[in-house]
Parts: sequence; C-alpha cells; structure tokens
Amino acid sequence: MSETLTAGGTRKLQIWRGDLTSGELVDYELETEPGMVVLDAVLEIQRSQAPDLAVRWNCKAAKCGSCSAEVNGRPRLMCKTRLDHLPADQPITVEPLRAFPLIRDLVTDVSWNYEVNKKIPPFTPREDLPEGDFLIDQADTDRMSEFRKCIECFMCQDVCHILRDHRLHDRYYGPRFMVRMASLDMHPLDGLDRIDQIADDGGIGLCNITKCCTEVCPEGIHITDNAIIPLKERVVDARYDPLLKILGRNRRRPGKKKPAV
Amino acid sequence: MAIEHHDYDVLVLGSGGSGLRAAIAAAEAGAKTGLVCKSLLGKAHTVMAEGGLAASLGNVDPRDGWETHFQDTMFGGKYLNNWRMAELHAKEAPDRARELEHWGAVFDRTPDRRMSQRAFGGHTYKRLVHIGDRTGLEMIRTLQDKTVHSAVDVFMETTITRLIKDGERVVGCFGYRRPTGEQITFSAKALVLATGGSGRIYKITSNSQDCTGDGYALAYEAGAEMVDMEFVQFHPTGMVYPPGVAGLLVTEAVRGEGGILRNALGERFMEKYDPKRMELSTRDVVARSIYTEVKEGRGTPHGGAYLDVSHLDSDYVRRKLPSMYDQFLELAGVDITKEPMQVGPTCHYFMGGIKVDADTGATRVPGLFATGEASGGMNGANRLGGNSLGDLLVFGRRAGLGAAEAAGKAGSVSLPADELAAAQAEVDTFLNGSGTENPFQMHKELQTIMGDGVGIFRDREGLSEAIGKLEGLQSRVGNLRAPSNRLDYNPGWQLCREVRNMLTVSLMISRAALMREESRGGHSRLDFTAYSDYWSENNIVTHMHSDGEMVLTPTPVITRDELGALVEARKEAEKAS
Ligand SMILES: Cc1cc2nc3c(=O)[nH]c(=O)nc-3n(C[C@H](O)[C@H](O)[C@H](O)COP(=O)(O)OP(=O)(O)OC[C@H]3O[C@@H](n4cnc5c(N)ncnc54)[C@H](O)[C@@H]3O)c2cc1C
Ligand code: SF4
Ligand code: SF4
Ligand code: FES
Repeated sequence: MSETLTAGGTRKLQIWRGDLTSGELVDYELETEPGMVVLDAVLEIQRSQAPDLAVRWNCKAAKCGSCSAEVNGRPRLMCKTRLDHLPADQPITVEPLRAFPLIRDLVTDVSWNYEVNKKIPPFTPREDLPEGDFLIDQADTDRMSEFRKCIECFMCQDVCHILRDHRLHDRYYGPRFMVRMASLDMHPLDGLDRIDQIADDGGIGLCNITKCCTEVCPEGIHITDNAIIPLKERVVDARYDPLLKILGRNRRRPGKKKPAV
Repeated sequence: MAIEHHDYDVLVLGSGGSGLRAAIAAAEAGAKTGLVCKSLLGKAHTVMAEGGLAASLGNVDPRDGWETHFQDTMFGGKYLNNWRMAELHAKEAPDRARELEHWGAVFDRTPDRRMSQRAFGGHTYKRLVHIGDRTGLEMIRTLQDKTVHSAVDVFMETTITRLIKDGERVVGCFGYRRPTGEQITFSAKALVLATGGSGRIYKITSNSQDCTGDGYALAYEAGAEMVDMEFVQFHPTGMVYPPGVAGLLVTEAVRGEGGILRNALGERFMEKYDPKRMELSTRDVVARSIYTEVKEGRGTPHGGAYLDVSHLDSDYVRRKLPSMYDQFLELAGVDITKEPMQVGPTCHYFMGGIKVDADTGATRVPGLFATGEASGGMNGANRLGGNSLGDLLVFGRRAGLGAAEAAGKAGSVSLPADELAAAQAEVDTFLNGSGTENPFQMHKELQTIMGDGVGIFRDREGLSEAIGKLEGLQSRVGNLRAPSNRLDYNPGWQLCREVRNMLTVSLMISRAALMREESRGGHSRLDFTAYSDYWSENNIVTHMHSDGEMVLTPTPVITRDELGALVEARKEAEKAS
C-alpha cells in the first residue's frame, strides 16, 4: 500500500442532536479502527452510546446519496469521509444539511427535491426517429453520463446560497435539477424543448455562478461549467439573440416540441 | 387514534429495480398501484449494481442469441434453475434493455452507435449492457423517473412488518412510517414482494442496510414456499482493507476489462483452478479459489488476493471503471492504475428465495406475488453476473402484470381486526415490552454465527453447531426490545423486526445447507466435495408447517421438454472440453 493507514486511536466527535424546536452539539468519544469513515463512527456511537441517534444511510458505499451531512462544516457523504483525513487535533463535528427542514438529529426532510423532480418531464423520444435501435454517439453518451452520475445526495442543493440563505425554493430548482435538465436537454434523441422550463419555472437566471455546488459534488460533476453555463447560453440564444428577434425567429432546436403543460 | 390506511389493487413492497418495474407494469395494466419502501426512492440496493445487465442483443458479438444465454444461465446455475425462468429471462431481457433505453437510460455505445456489451464471467459472448461501472444507478434513475410519471403512489421510508391475511388470502399489510413511527395499513387485492436479499446476515457483505430478508420472512410466515435457500453467492472480489470497508464490492467488470488475479507469490493462480476461463470463471469457482489461496498461506498482507489492472492503459481504466478508481483512492489510498487491489470473498446475492410461478410471479398463497432477488429459481445454484439486473426487469414486469390480473379478478378485500391487532402488538412489544435483548447485540451474534458456520465452505459439524446457536437465538428473539422507546427514526426499533427476519432466513439457509450433502455452485461442503446424482435433480423447498415448524422437502427441478435438447447439448459440450 502506498499509504500507511494510521492505526485507530481515540477520537472525539460532536454530533448535532435535536429537532426543529431545539438542539445542540453533543460530545462523544470512541475507539476507532484504521480506515474508519465518519458513518462507521456515527453508527458505532449509535450502537453503543446513543441508541436513538437518528441518521439516514443505506449503501455505505458512496453510491446511494443517503448519508449526506455537514462534517466539520462542509457537506460530505459520511460513508466516504475517512476520520484520518480530518484534522486529528480537534473534535469532528457532524451536523445535518441546513438547506432542508430538520426531522431529527442528522436526518432532514428532503422531500422538496422529489417534488421538483416530478415537475420535470421525463425523456421523451423525438417523433421523427426511424424504427429500430437508438443510434447514439459515444461522445454524446459521455457528455450525458457526467450528469447521470448524480447520486442525489443533495449536497449541492445544501450549499447553493439561493436555497440555503435566500430560501428561494419556490423560484429555483437548484443545481441538482439543472444537472438533470442538462442531461435531458443534451440527449440527442429527446424531443422536448425544455428551454422555457429551465428559464422560467426552473429559475436558472438566479444562479450567479459562484460554483459552490461544483466544489461539494462527490461525483465530481462540473455542475456549473458543464451543466449550468451551457444551459444559460442556450436560454440566451433561444430567447434574446437580437438578430433572430428582428427576423422573428428564435434558435430553438429543430425536431423539439414544447411539452404539454 | 385512527391508523392511516390506503386501498390498492396492487401494492408493491420494494423500490429496487424489480419493484419499480413491477409497479410500472401494474399501473400500465390499469391497476390502482402503490409502492412502499424502507429507504428513500432512488436509493434502494439496486443503485449499487455496477457491471451491467445481461441481454443477448448480439450488438458486439452477432453469434449471441437467447439459446446461448439460456445455456450459460443453466450451466452457471449447475442445472438446478427453474428452466422456464431461465428461458423467459434469456428471451425477454433484450426487449427489456431496449425498453429501458427508450425510457431514457443511457448506455455505453459500440462504434456503430448501438448499445455496447461487455464480457462477464460465465457468459459465452460479450453480453452485458452497461454504462461505465454504474449500471444500477442508471437503471434505478430511469425506472424512478418512469414511476413518478406513472400512476403510482409512493410511500418512502415506510417499513412493512407483517402481511395480513383473510383466511388463505393475503389482503394487505401493516407497518409504520420511519420518520414518525406512525402506523400505517394497506389493503391490496394483490401484493408483490420485491424486497431484495438478506446480505446483512453476514458481517462481510456488499449489501446495503435494506437487505435484511424481510420479504423472505414475511412470505414464509404467510405460508409461501421458499426454494434453494442454501445457495448464497459469495462474490469473489470484495475489499478486504481497511476494516471499515471490508466487504465493499469490487465489480466483476474489473476482471471483465482484463484484470488479473495473483497470490502473494505473484502466481496467476486461476491457472490451477480453471485454466480455460481463468479470471472469468463463474463466481463460485473464483471465490473458492481465492479463499483456498489465502487458507493455504499464499494470501496478501490483508488476507486476500491481488487484483491488478495496472497493466491496462490508465485513461482507459479511469473511463471504464471510474467508481472503482475513486473507491480505492478515497477509501484505501490505492491508485489502481498503478498498484494492485487486495480483494477477498464477500456475501453478495441470494440465489434462493420465494418460490414463484415463472410466468406470473405468483406464490402458492393467493394474492401474494414475488420478484427480483426476493424470488428464487431463476439462478439455480449460482448466479451469473449481470443476470440479476435482467431478472429484475423481466420478472418485475411479469409480476406486476400477474398481480394486476389477479387483482382484476379478486373481489373487494378488508383487513381482519384480529390480524391487525396481532401486527400492532408485535411492533409495540419491540418498543414498550419488557424484553431485555438488545437488537444491535443480537444482530452481531447472528453475523458471527453465520460467518463462522455457514460461510463459503461448510461441513456437517460447523452447520450443526451454527443451527444449534441459531436456535438459541430463536428462543431469545421474543425478548427483543429497542434500547430507546421513541417513535421517530428509531433504528433499534427497526432492527428488532429485521433481526427476527434475518434469524428466520439464517435458519432456512443453514438447515438447507445441512440437508444438501454435496457441493454445487454456491454451496461447498468439505465433507461432500462432489456432485451427487440425487441432488442434481432436486431443489430444497422450505415452508412453515401449521404447527410453526420449518419443513424442508427435496423437490424435483422444474424442467421443460422443449428445452431438453439445449440443456443436453450444453452438458455434452462441457464434458467434451
Ligand atoms: C455492489 C453490487 C453490485 C452489483 N452489480 C450487479 C451487476 O452488475 N449486475 C447484476 O445483474 N446484478 C448486480 N448486483 C446484484 C443486484 O444489484 C441485486 O440483486 C438487485 O439489485 C436486487 O434488486 P431487487 O429489486 O430485487 O431489490 P433491492 O434493490 O434489494 O430493493 C429492495 C427494496 O425492498 C425494500 N424493502 C425491503 N424490506 C422492506 C420492508 N420490510 N418494507 C418495505 N420495503 C422493504 C427496500 O427498501 C428496497 O427498496 C450487484 C449487487 C451489489 C451489491
Ligand atoms: S453556481 Fe449557481 S447553482 Fe451552484 S451554488 Fe452557485 S448559485 Fe447555486
Ligand atoms: S449533482 Fe453532485 S452534489 Fe448534486 S445531488 Fe448530484 S451528486 Fe450530489
Ligand atoms: S450510505 Fe449511501 S452514500 Fe453513504
């Protein structure tokens, strides 16, 4: 192994305990094993010290996006964050995501995200496709694949100031769903013109490209550069190109139709 | 206080690939459909699947067809498969894969822009439709979107603790919502169990937290038959280090893409065990080979084998195996493009499960259907990689249709009050009873018993000892109580019923393993190392007697005359080589 894994030792954790009405950081101490991740520590504390500690997890393999929390103030997947990658001289703080209503302890109510998702029409094949197998380039696949890697951990939603600080959940879908929009919009065989939704109900104009979302994405999706900025350009092209406006046309993609509302 | 109640024609338990596909099919057939899952939507165990979906599209190798896929599946399952299931799967998987693409799934392409297919252990031709090493995520996201835009009501983070019967018929179920602990009941004219496997009975497992065998136990208690429970698949390559991630899967795609296995002496040991197929031998063989190398002192420092892709182009590795690259870098500090991984067997999949009718997913209990990993038969004694994702789609759809049809014929149903009261009493005892057994503790004990006695190699002595200890646990299980009595998000409460389920499943597995006196597929007996003629023609079927006893019955394999020639041809070919 290139890296000698430091043997466990005792570590201190401060875990946020409480509900909507009140709460505080509570100190815990535990013996750790080499290579332990934050989720291991939290579950061990749950098993031996705090049996009613509420935490959401499922795969423990960084694949399902259930275990998002703020570790030392930064959103992370608890199951992908090793204790020995965090400063050893201070306690590790573990807190719930802040952009969503708290249920209890480390668990938040992320149902708003599911409501947003419902508003996005699914992939709808173009009507002019020939019979038979779909023919798609690998290059298109690679481009969409970056977005489709999303595990819906909602950590980008957590750090986006539009949602976190301004609480504009009713005006902006958030970076996760711009990523989803991008994967649909860039599907070469999708038949829907999604520009109006991206711009109007989706609220892409509110994003001022701070890139905070990109920084926390555990899947390394270039949310801002590869999804949001190209979508913004498409909105501008489609709606505001002055020359096309004069000609009374706009630059909508051929073969795409507006979704039935 | 009145309990939250819902009425459906078809209710599906589980939001993995099979549950979602079943719900979509039932809704399309016009049934009023609900779907319940323990986790959040989109986060079920299936999301972890990596390597791909087996379907004989013949895009990469035109020689492929359903007949070869059928033969491969039968050979992989050591001919204990339900022939009809293996047939339907091989015939229908291509359509289900295309359908997924039409619903928006995006898969890797061939140079002529069609769905690409990769090699996998036990498949004669390149057959697995895939996208990088996250095929399960692609499947889940696609089916999830299809589901939310279908007429399906979804109940997330809701745990079902009991099926409710009216006489012989399953008419609904009972459970609670995890965030609040509030009780909830459903009545259903047909109920589909798509509850997945039970990997959590072992400490070293690739399975998610959801996988506690709930469906197996619920069906068994409701009178359904179980088949092939002794066959547990230990995937040959799980991470072995660091301890926190031991068991985490290293996808077979690593070997499919050209990964090489070596022991501590640098020997490519598969030459000894299966010189023809080498690293791409079936999973049971590779897992036993690694285990044997370690046992005989040729293991790596952390007790596994080396799996190496560093001879491949590093960009290619990062493109084809991105999650593996991340996983090792992040969790083990190993750059797999430069150094070998250390891997060892991990509990992965349950070939056995609820016995169903191949065409409709019906169990022998009226109103009760099962599909996906929760059902048994399709895979016989050993599953080929990629055959689960295909199975989820083919039989998920069939179970959804089967349930919708049964619901259409059923009259109205209602939940008998005494059944409901019993279900309520059970969960209440776990919370407020006088029990003293801690579920976390009992779960650990259970995992130790299973790991020690019912692992990859088995013998009479070890199995008998394990069964004795499991029976000991059984005498204590009525005494389980959650360490905290709050209702909302109480993990100990949840675990009480899960431990009970896992214990039932563990007993089925170890008793069937003791009965099968031979070695075949995922079941290896040190005291019966060869195939037996008798057992080559029999499955073990398990059910609960009316007195509550577990009964195991050898039952002839379900064959099909039309397929006899294909099976014989494959057996001959194997003998010749
Ligand atoms: C890491 C990994 C990689 C894999 N790779 C592949 C691959 O490449 N190809 C392949 O073919 N197979 C693969 N498999 C196997 C395959 O993923 C599984 O067999 C398959 O996903 C099982 O799906 P399922 O629909 O049967 O159930 P699951 O996906 O296990 O879902 C079960 C559902 O049931 C719900 N549930 C359970 N109990 C209850 C209850 N009491 N009340 C309510 N809901 C309940 C759960 O919440 C969950 O939603 C892999 C498995 C793993 C672990
Ligand atoms: S770049 Fe846009 S979407 Fe991302 S965090 Fe900043 S404002 Fe939010
Ligand atoms: S885009 Fe990245 S950060 Fe956002 S939900 Fe998806 S995986 Fe998480
Ligand atoms: S538990 Fe699934 S991402 Fe952490």
